[in-house]
Amino acid sequence: MSAFYALLLTVAFLVLIIGLSKKIIQYSRVPAPLKIPVTPAPLTKGGVAVRLAKEAILFAALFRSNKWTWLFGWMFHMSLFIVLLNHLRFFITDVPVLLVLLQNVGEYAAFTMFIGLTGLLVRRIFVARVKYISAPSDYLWLILLMVITLTGIVMRFISHTDIIAIKEFSLGLMSFNWQDLPTDFPLMVHLFLVAILMILLPFSKLLHIPGLFFAPTRNQVDNPREARHISSWAAELDAEKNKVQPK
Amino acid sequence: MADFETPEFREYPTIPLIKQDVMAGKGPFVSRAEFDTDLGYPGELPEDWKEKTLEKMGDLLGRYRSLQVFMDSCIKCGACTDKCHYFIGTNDPKNMPVARQDLMRKVYRRYFTFAGKFFPKLVGAVDLTEDVLDEWYNYYHQCSECRRCSVFCPMGIDTAEVTMAAREILAHVGKAQKYSNQIIQKVYKIGNNLGLPGKALKGILEDLEEEMEDECGVPVKFNMDEVGCEALLMTPSADFFAEPHIDGLIGYGKVLHELGITWTVSSKASEAANFGLFIGSYDNIQKISMRIREAAIELKVKRIIFGECGHAWRVAYSFLNTLAGPFDFLDQSYPIPQHILEVTYGALQEGKLRMNKAENDHLTMTFHDSCNVARASRMGDRPGGQFDIPRAVIEASCNNYVDMDADTIKDATFCCGGGGGLLTDDLMELRIKGALPRMEALKQVTEESGVTNIAAICAICKSQFTKTLPYYGFEMDAIMSVHQLVSEAIVMTGSMQEKELDGVDEEEAESESED
Repeated sequence: MSAFYALLLTVAFLVLIIGLSKKIIQYSRVPAPLKIPVTPAPLTKGGVAVRLAKEAILFAALFRSNKWTWLFGWMFHMSLFIVLLNHLRFFITDVPVLLVLLQNVGEYAAFTMFIGLTGLLVRRIFVARVKYISAPSDYLWLILLMVITLTGIVMRFISHTDIIAIKEFSLGLMSFNWQDLPTDFPLMVHLFLVAILMILLPFSKLLHIPGLFFAPTRNQVDNPREARHISSWAAELDAEKNKVQPK
Repeated sequence: MADFETPEFREYPTIPLIKQDVMAGKGPFVSRAEFDTDLGYPGELPEDWKEKTLEKMGDLLGRYRSLQVFMDSCIKCGACTDKCHYFIGTNDPKNMPVARQDLMRKVYRRYFTFAGKFFPKLVGAVDLTEDVLDEWYNYYHQCSECRRCSVFCPMGIDTAEVTMAAREILAHVGKAQKYSNQIIQKVYKIGNNLGLPGKALKGILEDLEEEMEDECGVPVKFNMDEVGCEALLMTPSADFFAEPHIDGLIGYGKVLHELGITWTVSSKASEAANFGLFIGSYDNIQKISMRIREAAIELKVKRIIFGECGHAWRVAYSFLNTLAGPFDFLDQSYPIPQHILEVTYGALQEGKLRMNKAENDHLTMTFHDSCNVARASRMGDRPGGQFDIPRAVIEASCNNYVDMDADTIKDATFCCGGGGGLLTDDLMELRIKGALPRMEALKQVTEESGVTNIAAICAICKSQFTKTLPYYGFEMDAIMSVHQLVSEAIVMTGSMQEKELDGVDEEEAESESED
């Protein structure tokens, strides 16, 4: 069983990294031939960084758009971020003080994460417009994340699992020195679903994570009059064109 | 008058319930082969249409980062679902931006992603059939490419990019739209969207000069093909005869005259509009843009000034430098290209224009931000100048100005309902229904603040409002050009208006003695 999980998680990690890298390479290779920032847009690269940070950290556009979706969505994502930070302790031998301190508050992030996910699921089921655009996979993602969260909560607060053993297992994973994994049921489910999530991420709508930063509508500088923007294939057309020049 | 009902004003702008398939149908008239072939399209459905469709789709996915990223990054959060004026006006769920994108995304997933190839049902992927193409044709012609949804999308997904790609793909399998393609063909053959030949245009411009002489006593010039002027004026051809567009053109003429900027239009490029944008064709946007470069060179001008036209300003501001630049032969001390409002605003700032606002005292104005100006361009040197500059010019021209509801202006502005190649009679139902949110916002300020008129800086908005205003109980001439207000208020040096205002009018003295 431990070997199966070790293999599964290693493969999942590789699929995640390779799949995501391939997508990021694809996104950066496909040209953006025209300037299409949604305006008003920043006039400098620094301004663009601020714009993207506001979207990535605060979900600024979503806040403007729909307060409930923002509330649940932001709650889920921020909680997930804290939960992931908390999980770092499984991969670091000497846990830094900051992470230890975070642990005290951070363990409750699992609850806000679950509330956020529940809100999103309820919205998906009961708001007719959102229901209309939902495919089965849209519900399954939420349910998958909810089960992962719930099993995490169970292990942390109800039926404690041997976290020392898990840490040995996870540290072992990184050095291909596979260790035994406790065979608690919640842990089995938790890790299995996490592996599934990592494997599917590069093939799913979870690509919104890199996608957010590659949207030309948000990451372009508004300076088309000042700087001539020309992309690879457009440059070829441009050269072929043998343009009219003043005599 | 029409076989549909004008939507009722809603008591509160609540989110409408969805009503499936109310706008299902055949869409606008399909183009005739002759219009298509001139533009480089086949003009009829080829036998291997399925392969051709997927091939073109793959091609565009490899050419446009926007399309590739947007196909992947939608999380179906629903943020955009209540933001489209066509959804609000029609209640058809396929007019929700995400559902519109999904028409293509479902096919993308089926043929271009692992999940859709092997688990189509799970991720909502569908096979490409002729019915799917017909649905694309119908619903991708119910999007005015106004980008309002993209403002609210947490991923920055712009449905306009998807619509443009869909139309480009459809054109490659013989399903192009008649209205847009016929117009582009006219631009190539005659020089402008309306098919107005050079001679007729010359006649109109000469009449305008006479009219100005009579009304103002000042020789305001409206040149055509005049070599050696300072500026080339690119303006939508509707400005040459439609109301209220032409009153705007008169306004540009007066401002440029007062500033001593000589200018000309070009008979060859007598059209600022660029419908290549609407059909999503890079080649055609570029070809249409090149006319401007050629005209500027031929007429030996130093600067290029654009008149009031929304998407034309998008193409000019955002794309012209890319498509037809570099413009190193023009005077680099001016923005290239420059908007007429930037010219007027700059002159007002420097105190070079004398304005008699009282001329517009019978009006209480509001301003409709045109989508392409608001969300796809800029004016001046600050972000948001595209909102402040038109308002500053209006407020310099009249005493009574009120903004509409904050959720319906600036970057949250609602499309007039006729943009993006939809300003055609065969889409009248869609146009009237799509105008609902804008008409509601207008209704509110007419009731609460006594607004009488609405100004716009886009030829399409102006034409669309002329048609839609009566459906909603307004006067059709409530729509005005911004430079029409300028035209009314401006007091040109040496004009009759100046003499009248300063009370040293010799003619008046003479006529009084005659009496």
